[in-house]
Amino acid sequence: MPTTTKQQRVVDAPLLRKVAANARLSLTEEEIKLFLPQMKEILATFSVLDQVKTTAAWQPMQATELREDKAAASLAQEEALQGTAATKGYIKGPRV
Amino acid sequence: MRSMITEWIQDLRQGASAEEKVAKLLEELQKSNMEDHYLNAICKEQAIAAARAVDKKVKSKQQLGKLAGIPISVKDCLCVKGVESTAGSKMLKGYHPLFDATAVERCRNQDAIIIGKTSQDEFGFGGFSVNVGKDYQIPKNPVDSERSCGGSSGGAAGLTKKANIPALAESTGGSIVNPAAFCGVYGLCPTYGRVSRYGLIDYASSLDKIGPMATSIEDAALLMEIIAGHDNKDATSSTTLVDYYTTSISKGVKKLKLGIVKEAFPDNSEVESHVWKSIKKLEAAGSTYQEISLPKNAAYGIPAYYIIAMSEASTNLAKLCGMRYGMQEKIEGDYNTYFTKVRSNFGQEAKRRILLGTFARMAGYRDAYYLKALSVRKMLQEEYAKAFKDVDVIITPTMPIVAPKFSEISKLTPLQHYQMDVLTVGPNLAGLPHLSIPSGTLRKMPVGMMAIAPPWMEKRLIQLGGVL
Repeated sequence: MPTTTKQQRVVDAPLLRKVAANARLSLTEEEIKLFLPQMKEILATFSVLDQVKTTAAWQPMQATELREDKAAASLAQEEALQGTAATKGYIKGPRV
Repeated sequence: MRSMITEWIQDLRQGASAEEKVAKLLEELQKSNMEDHYLNAICKEQAIAAARAVDKKVKSKQQLGKLAGIPISVKDCLCVKGVESTAGSKMLKGYHPLFDATAVERCRNQDAIIIGKTSQDEFGFGGFSVNVGKDYQIPKNPVDSERSCGGSSGGAAGLTKKANIPALAESTGGSIVNPAAFCGVYGLCPTYGRVSRYGLIDYASSLDKIGPMATSIEDAALLMEIIAGHDNKDATSSTTLVDYYTTSISKGVKKLKLGIVKEAFPDNSEVESHVWKSIKKLEAAGSTYQEISLPKNAAYGIPAYYIIAMSEASTNLAKLCGMRYGMQEKIEGDYNTYFTKVRSNFGQEAKRRILLGTFARMAGYRDAYYLKALSVRKMLQEEYAKAFKDVDVIITPTMPIVAPKFSEISKLTPLQHYQMDVLTVGPNLAGLPHLSIPSGTLRKMPVGMMAIAPPWMEKRLIQLGGVL
């Protein structure tokens, strides 16, 4: 998808609702009223990065050193499931 | 201040009982915590059992660990086996980890006594510890209860100052040095990858670091020496050899070249003049100083940091779905309905950051925000690397102000709140070790000086701490 222009990046209430749905957050009308101007102010200020000419791409700070792939002791099933609404060795979740 | 660890161990060797000392301390903390709110959980039974085991070791003349009988507090975002660990969030209420974070385990291996979990901004989302999760209490500054402890490791710094207990804290964008400065203790944030993040309830994985707080440089250095080093449970932990930090304390600062960041001393404030007094002390001890400029960090540090941190946070918090651990609601409806319901337990700042981070990663916006911020991060890191060709240590105030009053904080907009981190986000983005050193008081409120070193040069910071 092409990069949006600065004008296209202004957040409005329908876009905020879409973002919230993507993040699985439900917002009340009061929260939308509160968050919308705050997000507009924050994103407008952060758009200062648009002016920066950068060439280098980010590299992770450390090379990831992978450990040898071999089996080791881990949590027992009943231990891992303690503190959940598990039944018969399975995690209980909502229907799909 | 003298090393608390040395004094406690001396007491034990002279016949004092670790169990009695720890029991007395916990009793006091249980009372004082009603007022100052430094602890989200106190693990009394576990702590007393550990202290009893130390007494047994003393009696049977077994070799004692370097932290034998020493009470240590742990920030709530670090997992402690069997002790509720929530990162200050209602979303994780009831979560009792089945394992210790590596940093905690390494302290226990040296016979430390874990006494409880310290309060913090929810998941680390703040600089004043006022963004605690729903149903949590805000910690109060130990010097003035109308003021903030700083954040996000606010409870850790407050307790370290008030009860002289060393702490394991955590920083993403300044959460160790900020509260250390506001409460008047040492706070050491190491190079990214120096301390294993295994068992850390993450905020932003490319930025999170675990480090100590203490009332003396000796104790901070010893704790760092114990927790640092490679861990095969964290692929980003480094195999770079760990220095003997405790031997750096007395090495002095002769011929060390300090770089004083011009942009961090803009207006001859009283905080700045206190930091200058410390710089002059370092000069008297044999170091030299020169002015340096980091204009890109000053201009772009805050937006780059917040875009990256929020983007990573919004993905990290996506795993909190109320099924496997922590908060669970009555299971009904489909996946999306259930997840949305359980995620209403996030506090307001957590929601704000999830929204901003999700937005910055969405198709059409990702290039302009997240990827742009990553390339700016590289540029800011290079600005530091260039500065370190001329100087050995970089100096700024830790925070531009002393701990503010809660009444002042409540007037800040979220953006103004974020902008308070202007001095601390730079070394955090660049993954550089940094130390806040107490630098006197201003009308009783502590001032901190921040020293920043090149990667893996924590020992240089400790040399400075040893002189001041």
